Amino acid sequence: MIHPLIGFIEKTFVITEFELRKLRHDFTELVTRALQPALWLLVFGQVFSRSGAMHTGNIPYLDFIAPGILAQSVLFVAIFYGINVIWERDLGIVQKFLVSPTPRAALVLGKGFSAGIRSLSQAAIVYGLSLLLGVKLNWHPLALLNVVVIVVLGATLFSTFSLIIACIVKTRERFMGVGQVLTMPLFFASNAIYPTDIMPGWLRTISHLNPLTYVVDGLRTCMLAGSTSTFGLGHDYTVILLTTIILVLIGARLYPHLAT
Amino acid sequence: MSDVVLEINALTRRFGAFTAVDSLTLSVNAGEVFSLLGSNGAGKTTTIKMLTTLLPPSSGEARVADFSITTQAVEVRRSIGYVPQAVSVDGSLTGYENLLIFAKLYDLPRRERQARIREALEFMGLTADGGRLVSQYSGGMVRRLEIAQSTLHRPRVLFLDEPTVGLDPIARDAVWKHLVDLRTNYGTTLFFTTHYLEEAESYCDRVAIMHLGKVTALGTCKELEASLGGDGHTLSEVFVHYAGSAMDSGGNLHNVSADRATAQRLG
Repeated sequence: MIHPLIGFIEKTFVITEFELRKLRHDFTELVTRALQPALWLLVFGQVFSRSGAMHTGNIPYLDFIAPGILAQSVLFVAIFYGINVIWERDLGIVQKFLVSPTPRAALVLGKGFSAGIRSLSQAAIVYGLSLLLGVKLNWHPLALLNVVVIVVLGATLFSTFSLIIACIVKTRERFMGVGQVLTMPLFFASNAIYPTDIMPGWLRTISHLNPLTYVVDGLRTCMLAGSTSTFGLGHDYTVILLTTIILVLIGARLYPHLAT
Repeated sequence: MSDVVLEINALTRRFGAFTAVDSLTLSVNAGEVFSLLGSNGAGKTTTIKMLTTLLPPSSGEARVADFSITTQAVEVRRSIGYVPQAVSVDGSLTGYENLLIFAKLYDLPRRERQARIREALEFMGLTADGGRLVSQYSGGMVRRLEIAQSTLHRPRVLFLDEPTVGLDPIARDAVWKHLVDLRTNYGTTLFFTTHYLEEAESYCDRVAIMHLGKVTALGTCKELEASLGGDGHTLSEVFVHYAGSAMDSGGNLHNVSADRATAQRLG
């Protein structure tokens, strides 16, 4: 008899492995993911940086938003992850997985985790662009490892959130609508492209409830040379991990409804 | 040998005020090929969803391979295979990978996996195509791969929802040849729904006709034909008698578009 926890971890990685195998057969997705962060950094970042309108303390604006754009591109890709789940439901794939003895939470976390690993390609792109633009990056191995972990966790968090939306709305049309409605508020009510201390009080409060803020803060702390954390890296990790666990548990409850 | 592998007792499913399956009671023996016949909306798919633990019943109970669908769902899942009506293999993986993932999810021992997968591919006549992406498969090949995938763990009962919908007659025959072989070689009980009366007639030991959520007739095709009295009744006359109308693909827009989309992808 396999211990339930070991079984759960094993099954999670089986789901992740096969989601990643799909990538091996089709690389185009990785290329299309590069476009958005490139636009934000090369166009928006450069222009705003010249305007000098944003006061970001002792780090230049372009450096300031590089981690923000990485977090944003992770969010924008992950938030539409649920569309795959709806596609798999319209076929019979979700049903087939649900009829297998796999724990529901492993199905949900395995998918989220694969989205997390996929999003590492965006980290590579943002690092490449940052080098090109002269952003002062922190190359310490521990800092890089933290960036990898935060990117994977952040994408797992938002793709699981996306899966939950998919389980609720169940159709592609409604899902796209909800996805569009959610991304911008999540993005603007965060510290991705401006510091929270220039926000009006109500917006700052919302931004502190927004998990993206902690992803950005964690990334900014680890990615840039000489940057300090607003909340503390431990605090960032706690918020991100707890939110992910709660979302996976909710997702595991809702996922079986896709087959009914 | 009449050991019962599927025992359904007053199984009921309501959706709001609508009763999709109304107090269904029947039992199926091990090794039997059993078919549920009925128009769309008769409650066939809802029945299969409850028996495969995808949908909890509103009331009633069923035991599959001696396990309760309500209290022992995980044990039931280990004992059954399910081929949904829609395509359930992943087009972006190869045939081999589609089998490998399920070999892992069903905890087949590591040292047996490769042999089991090879055997399953061979059994379904897919040995030469295991390494190709499933998106390049024909409709009949997809169905055979789905059957291979759902029987890799040697389930005691295989549930199939419209297994041959959208296939041409040659592909349908091939799928049935493999299904009959499964029963012969492994004693797998087959429980399936179909729109094709001739399939029920050719391959089933017994059929149940469902109408508005209830079983209106149950028996071998011969028994049902005889039940109308007189000689020479066909199964389709039996169907009209017990289901109140001729077999048609009625249903609502969602059913029809789902059927056609399936047919298109398979075709």
